[in-house]
Amino acid sequence: MTNESVKNIRIKWDGFVKKIDAFCHKIKFDSWKGWIYLSPAIVLLMIFTVWPIFNTVRYAFLEGYEGMAALSGKTFEVGFGNFEYVLGYQNFQRCLFNTIILCVLTVPISTFLALLIAVCLNSIKFLNRFLQTIYFLPYVTNSIAIGMVFAAMFNIVGYNHQNIENSVSLGIVNNVIQFFGGEPINWINMYSGYWENIWVMVIYIVWNALPFKILILLGGLQSVNKQYYDAAKIDSTPKWRVFTKITVPLLSPMIAYVVITGFIGGFKEYSSIVGIFDADMGPPGDRGRLNTMVGYIYDAINGASKQYGRASAAAIILFIIIFAVTMVNLYVSKKKTHY
Amino acid sequence: MKIVLQNLTKIFPARDKKNGKETIAVSDFTFTIPDGKLVGLLGPSGCGKSTTLYMISGLQAPSGGKIFFGEDDVTELSPENRGVGLVFQNYALYPHMTVKQNILFPLQNLRGEDKLTKEQMIERAYEAARLVQIDELMERKPSELSGGQQQRVAIARALVKMPKVLLLDEPLSNLDARLRLQTREEIRRIQKETGITTIFVTHDQEEAMSISDIIVVMKLGVVQQVGAPQDVYDDPTNLFVAKFLGTPPINVFKGAVKGGKLILGESEVLDVPGVDDREVFVGIRPEGFIPDVNGALECKLNNVEVMGRDVSVVSTNEASLNPIIRSIVDSDYKIDKNDESIKFSLKPHKVFLFDVETEERIRFEV
Repeated sequence: MTNESVKNIRIKWDGFVKKIDAFCHKIKFDSWKGWIYLSPAIVLLMIFTVWPIFNTVRYAFLEGYEGMAALSGKTFEVGFGNFEYVLGYQNFQRCLFNTIILCVLTVPISTFLALLIAVCLNSIKFLNRFLQTIYFLPYVTNSIAIGMVFAAMFNIVGYNHQNIENSVSLGIVNNVIQFFGGEPINWINMYSGYWENIWVMVIYIVWNALPFKILILLGGLQSVNKQYYDAAKIDSTPKWRVFTKITVPLLSPMIAYVVITGFIGGFKEYSSIVGIFDADMGPPGDRGRLNTMVGYIYDAINGASKQYGRASAAAIILFIIIFAVTMVNLYVSKKKTHY
Repeated sequence: MKIVLQNLTKIFPARDKKNGKETIAVSDFTFTIPDGKLVGLLGPSGCGKSTTLYMISGLQAPSGGKIFFGEDDVTELSPENRGVGLVFQNYALYPHMTVKQNILFPLQNLRGEDKLTKEQMIERAYEAARLVQIDELMERKPSELSGGQQQRVAIARALVKMPKVLLLDEPLSNLDARLRLQTREEIRRIQKETGITTIFVTHDQEEAMSISDIIVVMKLGVVQQVGAPQDVYDDPTNLFVAKFLGTPPINVFKGAVKGGKLILGESEVLDVPGVDDREVFVGIRPEGFIPDVNGALECKLNNVEVMGRDVSVVSTNEASLNPIIRSIVDSDYKIDKNDESIKFSLKPHKVFLFDVETEERIRFEV
């Protein structure tokens, strides 16, 4: 193409844009260019986010909505039937309980540990970068892979109930316990206790959650003005007081962020349990014992009759819970946080 | 409490280990600060004045030399144990605490026999707040205060534990011109009322001259001159000090001495007995010029700025190293703006001669 023809196209195009501009100005839609730039994102969000959310709400209020039945042309009444069923279903209550227990235990523990590690990392100079990398590694590791390694550490043997006495003593964790003269614990095997299972999950989830929290808190620490610490030093402030009265308040926005996202992530816990207990969501012989809210939703969808209605209702209940918890978090952090 | 600095030196190691150069921030600083005085450390940026202050506070360790508070060697003492109050350049008030909590903070750190009861702490905090006149603002957060108020909170926080030494790092640099004038008077007043030995750092010579008992002029880590502000102004030891002090600044000329006479350009302008024949830099304070029809120094008149009591005469001369010569003369001299030139005679004690090589002062009998 010659320069001349390129120029002509440009002039034509500019004229075209000007015409649209004039027209849009007339109908008071001056921001049309902005909307055009936004349109790719808006279209994708409409298809993959807004439409599914709309459908989730719709299914949830269609009594007994099932994917298979809907395909064959069945119609459903509008009502709260799905919610009533889900809330009253014992299996769902167990999932809710598991989820809440894991959240309540893991978020405070992981936040506190992350804060401690971040402060320590920030205060050392030697190997600082190297250690930061080490602590960040779990973040880039696949959680199923981590789960399998944890399962091996806590020793999963499978359906070997003949020899359970001997086989529970295997695994690194039990070896350590025995080295210090303790009794080996049946962590995750057949006949293992519920709380033993939960503790394994807590250790795993905390360990998995640490890198992100350390990263955020360390970033926060590094942005704190060093002069506050100099001022504290001049005023002979004890170390513990510097931590509680200066570091923690100045980090409070980051701590609030980490806690809120921690709870949101905690309520969506699923893959970590798959990582350790497989899709059975429980130790061998007790399928579904550690199932969670998200696990319940998947089960409902994947069941033979595709109970989209119940899954949607459960999803909405989960949303309401997360929403409420986040609101409480925000309310508390507004009072306690200094921005 | 008097403070003694003995050969105090601070060297920052080179960043780049192979071919970087180490920086000598403070070099061999020896000085005694008498008890209860207000001392201004003065110099252009990078002259080591803040470094000196931080070494006295203990936040930076000296590379050599010693620091004494009274008779005690505090060189190795950590800042926690020195009992100094420090006001940072940008105040470093804890943003999440109220003014009251900020001022109480140092008191709550006291342990052992110094420990106070809650009532005593509150009383002391209010006492300090009243001293700097912020007792009305105790419940506010630092972000709700103006720069001047924040600065006073910082001073109150430094004073509340009754330090033996008060250190101020560029205390006025964040304030506007009017507040600066007001606050510097306040610092002077507070220092007088408390009698605490105070050292403050500034690059503003006017600020240092106006409130200090003693000023220390520094350049590139080396102390140039120490003395009472007026003495240093009237009797600078070298060209740097002469140039650094005074507004408007001193007028510098290139001249020569021949047979006991100072020659600027072609004309003999002043008798300088006792000086050998040589080339010299000549510094003349703005107030050292007397308009005089028989004067020996003839300058091309550019402008006359009326300031009321005085007038500022702007002129040029070929011997001048500054683009213009600014002289301050009494307004009783009627000077016609439209004149082509003006003649001055000089006040001998306002004229300083400096060696061309070393820029050190060459003294002559007045």
